[in-house]
Amino acid sequence: MNFNVELLEKLVSVYGPSGDESLISATIRQEIGGYVDEVTTDALGNLIARKKGDGKKIMVSAHMDQIGFIVTDIDKEGFLRFGNIGGISPDISLSQRVMFKNGTVGAIFSEPLDKPSERKLENMYIDIGAKDREEAEKMVSVGDMCIYYSPFSHNENVVFTPYLDDRVGCFVAIEALKRITTTENDIYFVFSVQEEVGLRGAKTAAYGIEPDFGIAVDVTAHGDTPKAKRFAIGLHKGAAIKVKDNSIITHPSVRNSLIDIAKAKGIAYQLEVLEFGGTDSGAIHVTKTGVPSGVISIPTRYVHSTVEMASKEDIESSISLLEGYLSKKL
Amino acid sequence: METKELLEILSNGNGVSGFEFNLKNEVINAFDRYADSVQVDKLGNIIAHKRGSGDGSVKILMAAHMDEIGFMVKDIDKKGFIHFTNIGGIDPRTILAQEVVIHGREEVPGVIGSKPPHLQDESEQEKSIKMEDMIIDTGYEKKDLDQLVSIGDSITVGRKMVSLLNSRVAGKAMDDRAGLAALFEAMKELQNINHYPDIYFVATIQEEVTMAGALTATYGINPDIGIAVDVGFGRTPELNSSNSIEMGKGPGITLGGNIHPGLRKRLVSVANDYNIPIQTDVRPGPTGTDARAMQITREGIPALVLSIPLRYMHTSVEVLDLKDVSHTAKLLAFFSASIKENEMEGLLCF
Amino acid sequence: MLLKELTEASGVSGNEKEVRDLIKSTLEGYVDHMKTDGIGNLIVYKKGSKPGGRKLMIAAHMDEVGLIVKDVDSSGLLKFMPVGGIDKRVLVSKAVKVGQQKLPGVIGAKPIHLQKRNEWSKVLDMDDLYIDIGASSKEEAEKQVSIGDYVAFDTPYMEMGNGTIKAKALDDRVGCSILIDLLKSDIDAEIYGAFTVMEEVGLVGAGPAAYQIKPDMAIVLEGTLCYEIEDLDSHEMPTIMGQGPAISLIDRTTVYDRSLRENVVRIAEENSIPYQYRKTSMGGNDSGKIHITGTGCATTGISVPTRYIHSPLSLISKSDYHNTFKLVEAIVKEFEKGAI
Repeated sequence: MNFNVELLEKLVSVYGPSGDESLISATIRQEIGGYVDEVTTDALGNLIARKKGDGKKIMVSAHMDQIGFIVTDIDKEGFLRFGNIGGISPDISLSQRVMFKNGTVGAIFSEPLDKPSERKLENMYIDIGAKDREEAEKMVSVGDMCIYYSPFSHNENVVFTPYLDDRVGCFVAIEALKRITTTENDIYFVFSVQEEVGLRGAKTAAYGIEPDFGIAVDVTAHGDTPKAKRFAIGLHKGAAIKVKDNSIITHPSVRNSLIDIAKAKGIAYQLEVLEFGGTDSGAIHVTKTGVPSGVISIPTRYVHSTVEMASKEDIESSISLLEGYLSKKL
Repeated sequence: METKELLEILSNGNGVSGFEFNLKNEVINAFDRYADSVQVDKLGNIIAHKRGSGDGSVKILMAAHMDEIGFMVKDIDKKGFIHFTNIGGIDPRTILAQEVVIHGREEVPGVIGSKPPHLQDESEQEKSIKMEDMIIDTGYEKKDLDQLVSIGDSITVGRKMVSLLNSRVAGKAMDDRAGLAALFEAMKELQNINHYPDIYFVATIQEEVTMAGALTATYGINPDIGIAVDVGFGRTPELNSSNSIEMGKGPGITLGGNIHPGLRKRLVSVANDYNIPIQTDVRPGPTGTDARAMQITREGIPALVLSIPLRYMHTSVEVLDLKDVSHTAKLLAFFSASIKENEMEGLLCF
Repeated sequence: MLLKELTEASGVSGNEKEVRDLIKSTLEGYVDHMKTDGIGNLIVYKKGSKPGGRKLMIAAHMDEVGLIVKDVDSSGLLKFMPVGGIDKRVLVSKAVKVGQQKLPGVIGAKPIHLQKRNEWSKVLDMDDLYIDIGASSKEEAEKQVSIGDYVAFDTPYMEMGNGTIKAKALDDRVGCSILIDLLKSDIDAEIYGAFTVMEEVGLVGAGPAAYQIKPDMAIVLEGTLCYEIEDLDSHEMPTIMGQGPAISLIDRTTVYDRSLRENVVRIAEENSIPYQYRKTSMGGNDSGKIHITGTGCATTGISVPTRYIHSPLSLISKSDYHNTFKLVEAIVKEFEKGAI
């Protein structure tokens, strides 16, 4: 297994909260430059890389946006109040470092509360060490967004870091894209924007592309930690082929071809029945006259935390599965 | 084929949202009798086209959804019990001690169990049991079950249609197989009625989850009028007259923002002209039907909703009166026939 | 095995006639004497080749839990009461058969769409439920149904995976069926069979049956609690399906005779019949009356593990059925020999 850990580390480290994906878009554009036939960016900021072919159009979607925070107020003392961008939990954000686009780093903490269980984002603030509002405003403005700032770690088995969601999906798409040398399919790799706030990028990208098939590559949850809610997905058990989440019941033809490819190529896989959540395929499949769509999920523990953890083997299986699907004439 | 016979086949058949292909042949066979052509689109919507006397420039889409609520296998435990989740809205209180069929490599019968009352203390017995605490028992051990069933397989309640008094029937998937039966009967009626517009009868997929079928079929057909034929809350003692309609008194004709006022006026006047009983059903916001999806497709499709009164919606014993299916079918047919050439613009002006 | 016909017959406590008639016609020619007593018990006698010895009574109850109509409301819906112990939570969304003519009906519930948030965490009371037979008015319903009509669940018999049988009323038609099989077999023994009534509403039939028979020893055949899920310890599982007949130790109504129990275990072991103990003191059965009737007698309780009893459906394993039959047959032979 030739696991390109440097690329994954780079991808998770680049700034790109929902609505401001320019830096990560540039990073990915640079990374895939030599491997695709054309690269465009649409009005919302989706990065669309095409590998041309005469066959069916396939849209692969991995979202490059991240959950984060948006500054709503700066008080006299220089503390920042904020709102959430996507699914941010007060529990997890307490005592985290955050980073702004200009490199400013801050710390999230909370007002003292009688009942910590009732903590809400409204009780919390970001401290960037400014002495007063004036000094703070030199570094940060209302409307600026920041993301979790926390180290990337890995060992032989796993990686754990913020933002595997969904930079690991971008990673899987990029690695598959690099490995596909020839294909009869007309493949559009979409690095989509604003998934975390409502699958918005994938919607417009699919409308423009009018694909015949859609595949989203994203993280999914887990059921393999102490007292976890029952969910038959665990680390090191392979790529997850989604059957359902709250945005889609995957199309049987796409789902079954993923399963057949996994079986034929000996790629480890598991079937995913997720009782919540959604991903880009949810938007893609209802586009225009409908797009049969599926999802390859990377089993990930602690999604939307700063220690999102995935298995290197599973990531590798996901790359092989995507490569297998895209290489086959559809 | 009589409508009741078709309804029995459809309600006893299986097609949980996302798995409507299991019911494909039954629907095609029925539609094929009276339509000029029947097609299945990419996502699995079944579209029957019946040409009108015109040039095809005026198009009516009538949709009834072919999917049903049900369950999905989410895990199989060491003892061979299946853990499951719901597809569509299901009251967990309605499924205990229910017979089910798992649509795996073969049809595997099972029952939904939980801890028996004898082993629960009194306070436990006063609590409803959560779906996550129930299991499906097939009798098989895990090693045998793994050969037959996998995660992601769909599950339906194993309820056969029951005939009650009058012309009432009970079944597990009257929502919205009753709508399909009404489309079928409307199609039959239209054999003998001259109609100007082309009519597209669509059995849509996934109404219970994402309305994916109505969204995409409407986009593809691009009709002038969209009609959702679905079920409405049939009156029972715990419901009041403002949120339910009576059994046997004709379809509910929805009134509200999801509905085109001009078209509705026409629908009501057709009902009056032909002495078809109707009831009024007020829904101020978006209806939870395919009409919602139609209304927001492309440049916006004017929509109507006809609701067949149905008791105990989303249980395994949904009760309807076949008379209401017939009333609905007649109204659909005569309404379609009432639309004349060059009339659309005036009709949509309100 | 007559289980399909037996379980599909209606026999809610107090209304066992259909079951009794079925058993009577089945046993015709296989027993020497049959009579229906004053409260509905069916007492049968097989004399064997050496009649007049110590009396062995084998009992199984014919009745099942169900419902009874208590009112017809203004819209033609039927209100009901339970007959026997029924968990009210299992009634919703089921099909039933009402009265002698077995009129189809359903028990519905309020649509989830119209429920307030978390309403589904509340248990529906029996009084909130009703049976819909499709009547459009009270008058129409009353032409078909009377107050006092019995209501049975509409659950067809089915064989499922791994030799599992699904049916309603396996508690205790499974006992009836094993007793019938034994009486119809070529066993040479003197047997008093008692198919009792109204066990589920307080062991009503068993006392009078024992009073008539005056047994020296009694075997009570039952379908009993069985519940196994992944995270239970073994002591929490009253019985385990597929592991053979369950031998009673104690329940709410009987402390089972120890020496008889030890004999039963010895017989099982000598005949290589798998068996298990019934590991709960909950529940009760006809033994509770039989062992204290008249001057009393020793009883043993032998049960087929039955999942989901007292609900519209239940499951047993065919292998447990056959092993229970074998064990009972072996006990009868030993008793006939005088070895117990």
